[in-house]
Formats: sequence, structure tokens, C-alpha cells
Amino acid sequence: MKKYFAFFTLPTVLAFLIAFLIPFLMGIYLSFTKFTTVNDAHWVGFSNYIRAFTSDQDFLNTLVFTVKFTIVSVVLINVLAFALALLLTRKIPGTNIFRTVFFMPNLIGGIILGYIWQLIINGVLATFGVDITFDASFGFWGLVVLMNWQMIGYMMIIYVAGLQSISSDLIEASKIDGANSWQTLKSVTIPMVMPSVTICTFLTLTNSFKLFDQNFALTAGAPGNSSAMLALDIYNTFYGRMGYEGVGQAKAVVFFIIVALIALVQIRLTRSREVEN
Amino acid sequence: MKRFKKILALTLATATIISMAAGCGGAAGSSSTAASAAPASEAPSGAASTAATGSGEIYYLNFKPEIADVYKKIADAYKAETGVTLKVVTAASGTYEQTLKSEMAKTDAPVLFQINGPKGYANWKDYCADLKDTELYKHLTDKTMAVTDGDGVYGIPYVVEGYGIIYNNAIMTKYFALSGAKAKSMDEINNFAKLKEVVEDMTAQKGKLSIKGVFSSTSLKKGDDWRWQTHLANLPVYYEFKDNKIDLKSSDTSEIKFQYADNYKNIFDLYLNNSVTSPKMLGSKSVDDSMAEFALGRSAMVQNGNWAWSQISGVDGNVVKESDIKFMPIYTGIKGEEKQSICIGTENFFAINKKASADQQKLATDFLTWLYTSDKGKAFVTNDLKFIAPFDTFKENERPTDPLAKEVLRYMGNTSLTNVPWNFTVFPSQTFKDNFGAALLQYAQGTKKWDDVKKLVIDQWKSESGK
Repeated sequence: MKKYFAFFTLPTVLAFLIAFLIPFLMGIYLSFTKFTTVNDAHWVGFSNYIRAFTSDQDFLNTLVFTVKFTIVSVVLINVLAFALALLLTRKIPGTNIFRTVFFMPNLIGGIILGYIWQLIINGVLATFGVDITFDASFGFWGLVVLMNWQMIGYMMIIYVAGLQSISSDLIEASKIDGANSWQTLKSVTIPMVMPSVTICTFLTLTNSFKLFDQNFALTAGAPGNSSAMLALDIYNTFYGRMGYEGVGQAKAVVFFIIVALIALVQIRLTRSREVEN
Repeated sequence: MKRFKKILALTLATATIISMAAGCGGAAGSSSTAASAAPASEAPSGAASTAATGSGEIYYLNFKPEIADVYKKIADAYKAETGVTLKVVTAASGTYEQTLKSEMAKTDAPVLFQINGPKGYANWKDYCADLKDTELYKHLTDKTMAVTDGDGVYGIPYVVEGYGIIYNNAIMTKYFALSGAKAKSMDEINNFAKLKEVVEDMTAQKGKLSIKGVFSSTSLKKGDDWRWQTHLANLPVYYEFKDNKIDLKSSDTSEIKFQYADNYKNIFDLYLNNSVTSPKMLGSKSVDDSMAEFALGRSAMVQNGNWAWSQISGVDGNVVKESDIKFMPIYTGIKGEEKQSICIGTENFFAINKKASADQQKLATDFLTWLYTSDKGKAFVTNDLKFIAPFDTFKENERPTDPLAKEVLRYMGNTSLTNVPWNFTVFPSQTFKDNFGAALLQYAQGTKKWDDVKKLVIDQWKSESGK
């Protein structure tokens, strides 16, 4: 059967090449060049990387903002999602309806969510005579709320699946051994759902780090660039500034390396805490 | 049986590949419209992209979303007359540069595109063909308006526009009739001091005038702040260059002192403090919001250009009569400004893609010649595009008749006043403008001092010029 290998994998391989690998390699190449459109690049070496950090402080500022945002939202989303999952795996009437309701925001696109929340937040802030562009911290917390609203439902579903797969024998055994509910949670439930934790932290971490749509729609970086995140800054550099296309590309490569590193480290860390059934 | 299985497997595999290839082909065919629709609005393509047959196709990347529909009509007419397909893709507002950037990278790149002046030319130098020998350039009334480099002509202006303070004459008349009004007619308002007096008095009496504020919201939302960081900033920069006798084509424009910063502050403060919206809430106001406020009669004045007429008249429940909408120059308190007119110029220049095939370039120039010299084309320009065309092929009676265009023509014809040219085409970069706009917002919100804004303008101008 081996000779049919090509027939069955070719479509996927081609799609992967066209949509991912070729643009990715081209992107790395372009980060070392100066270009206006992607077809007329001239080699310039590392100068784009130097300019990414020296021409202005935007890249570093957005990096700091992104890291802060990621920490806050990863913690909040996972804690809240896990709490909801715990609640909704008890035999409460209407569990299914609640699960559906919490999951729904995830089905709405980021741009739309951004605009919806912009209206809501501006509506609230209007009573204080300001709007979301007034202070970067408004944008920050706006984004946190938005992301929580969008992601909690999704993570909750993963945690629910994890919780349901814990065999009731284990819980029963811990009860017989005299563990109270906190001890059961800490020593039985959480270790058993570690695979879900791995997935959920991975998803929230990378999604928060490379957030773009929501940021673009909610604040677009206002005031100034102080609520812009990395992806938005890369977009602005590439499209918003003539002569900075290569710099934008260099930033994108640095961005990729950071995201890849963080994701790898995180997976290592949480994997090591998973227990075998 | 074994053989049957083999054949079945083979057929299925082939089918998969074929359907995938077909999928790719389909995607490539429609990509020109899909990709350009990127951020917000759909890009209406003038003609079906499948119609590219023998007689050729011109791909035009349009800058002005407000006239996208008109180009559809033009494309149909041109197709009927010459058989050449005009494919018009329109970039969403504020996204022209990035759309152009990605479109230019394609095999099927735009042949006809536009640059926004000398700065735009500097960026697209490698793509701009020399238009010196084109029919259109020969008809250009004022040759100094074109974008030139050495002997070559690389951008031909295709429209003349004007901007100033648009006012609703009905509300002004109502004010002048009040007892104790600070002026009795618009003629009296010919400098900043008088304007300020009148505006502040109008604000005090806004209940009687049934308006919410004299000026529409100073839209400082990101991407909607060009009326301030570009258009309004043109005035102090114009006077500064004029005072110091700076040659606009030289590198002397790479630094400014912003010596008329206080004049800018004068008018900007007036806008902020006599507005429909409180200054702290301006960060989410768009140009559309401002124009709607004006159209609904909630404000008496708004700074914008003659292109705004279609916006004003298009607002549902528009109460501003065509005969009541007028222009006034933007006064900032500069000496001798009684003789100042509105700002007249353009940032719309046609350019032709040098890298396109010679045939395509020829088709594009032919189209331009048709549009601006044939009777049919000219009718479109005047009546549908509503352009004041800067070409000698247009006779006196071939001018647009919308109220603001008429006002622009009135000011252009008034020789006792000096028109302010559009010097903002030498502003260093979009980043400069964006940063300036962001600083203006922070100033409006009270989180930045004026001196810091001024410093930022000077520093950013210099650093953005020096790249």
C-alpha cells in the first residue's frame, strides 16, 4: 500500500506548503530585505532587526503590554472556566442550557466582539464623561473582559470533558479515605484534569499573546499606541509605514520565536504534572 | 476484486486531486476581489473579472470609496464603447496604501493607481511610469500641480478640491437676527478674533439657535483624525514655509519650527470648546459622526472639504438645504488673514504602473484620455464623479453643480483672496500624522500639555523626514 502514500497525503501536503510553509520561509527571507511589495526585495542583512528595536520604543512597549495582558487573562480565564466547569458538572437542573449559553460568545468573530464591547464600555464610561481612548488601562481591562467573555466558555467545555472522564471510583475512594471536598479537589480532581489544563493554558496563552482582531476593533491602540499589542504593532509597522515593511517582517519573526518558546516551555511544564490514569 | 480495489483507490485519489486543483483555480480567479476587501468594506469590482477577453482589461485601484459606485457606471459605458474592461477595485477608507502594497505584488497588478503627492511618489518611484507624453498631461491647465521628478512627470492631478469651515447659513442667519449678535452677516467674519467672538456667543445662546454646539465633533478617533493632523495643520505649515521662503521641492522641508503652533491651538481650542461633544469623549468620534451632526442641524459649522456634500446629503433626515451650505476660510489669527481664502489643491494624482506591460499602460492612458476629453467621459466626471477637473478640455459650463463645489469655484474665482495650497503633501509620513493625531487626542482629553504636543510635532517631523 505504500505506493499510494503520495495520493493520500499530497492534498494536505500541498495545502500546508502553499498556505503555511512557503509564506513562512518567504517571511523569514523578507525580514532580511528592504521591499515595497513582496516581489522586489533587496538584501539588507540584519538592519531590519536592529531598526525594530531602535527606531522607536513601540515594539518594546507593546511587548510589555502584551505580556501583562497575557498573564492576567491566562490566569483569569482558566480559573473562571474551571470554576464554571466544576459547577456545571454537578447535577444542577439546566446544566446543558448553561453550557450552551457560556459557549456561545466563542462563536462570534473577534472584530464584531471588539466593536460590541467598544459600544458597551463606551456606554458605561460615558456616565463618567470619558471614553475608552482616555487611558490605556481602560483598553487593557476592556480587552481582559472581552477575552474572558469569549474564551471562558470554550475552556469550560474542555474542563467539563476532563472532569467527566474522572472515574467516580477515585472520588468515592477519596471520600472513604476521609478527604473533605477541598482535599478531593486539590489531590484528586486537579491532578486528574491536568491534560485539560495543559490544553487550556496552551490555548489561552497563545491566543492572548497573538491577539489581534479584538485589539484592532476595541481600541486600535488608542491612546497613541499605548494599548496596542504585538500583533497590532507588527500590522501597523508593515502596512502603516512606508519603508518599514522589512522591519515589520523582522518583528514578526521575533514574535514567532517568542510565541514558540513560550508555548514549548509551557507544554513541558504542565506535561510534567500530568498523571497517568 | 483486488484489481477493482486498486482502480477504485486510484479514481478516488485522482478525484481528490482534481477537486483540489479546481478549488485552487477558483480561488485564484476571484482573489483580486476577495483579497482587496480585506479590512472593512467590500471592494466593488467594476466589471466581472471573468470578462477579460481579447480587447483587454485595465485594473484601476480607486482611492475614493464615496465614488466607487460611479466607477461601475463608467466601466459599463466604457466597455460598451470600446470593448475594454475597466476593473475597478476600491480600497476601504484609510487603507489605500496597504491595499496597493498587496495588490502590486500580484501578477495581475493595478495598472492605474494613485499617489498622494511627492511623498507618495517617493515610495512608489519604482512603479510610476513617466506620463510626460500623455494626452492628459498636455491638457493639464496648471502644469506645476503635477508630481514631477527631473524632466519626468509621474503623477497627474485629476481633481481640484477645497476645504474650509462649512457652515449652515440658515443657522447663521438665525443668529444674526438675534438682538445683541456679535456680527450681522458672514462678511464681517474675516479673521479669527471675530470668529471666536461670534462662535462663543453662539455657544452661549445655543438654546435659542436649537443647536447642540457650534462645531461638529472634533473627530479624533484613530484613522478619523485627518481633518486635524493633516488638513488643519496645513495652515500653520503653509504660513511657516511662506514666511521662511522654503522651496517645497527641496530638502528644506525636512524640518519645521512649528512657529505658528499657537495659531493652530487657537482654532483647535475653539473647535474643542464649542463643540457638540465634550472634549474628553472625542476619541471615539468619527468623521461620519461629525457630518451627521451637521446634516441633522445639531451643529452650525464643521471643517471639511467639498467632497463632504455627498456625505451630508446622504444622511437620513438631513435638514440642511442645498442653498444654505457654504464655505468659510479657516482663520487662525495670523496677521493679514482677512485676505486668506479656503485651502485649494489636491492629493489625488493618477499614476500608471511602469511594471505593467506596454499594452496595458497604453490601455490605461487611453482610458484617461477618454474620461477627461470625450464628451461622454467628461459628463461622467462633472455630473457623477462631481470633480472639478483641472484640465483645459472642460468648459465653464462643465463644472459640478453641487453647492460645495460651487463654493470652491467661487473662492477660486475670487482674485482678491489668496488660496492656501495643500502643502500637507510634503508632511513626512503617515506615522507622523498618526502620532500627531494621537497627541491631539491626549491634549483634548487633558492628559497632555500643548507644549508637549508642539514638541512632538517638531521632533516627529524631523525624525520621520530623516529615515
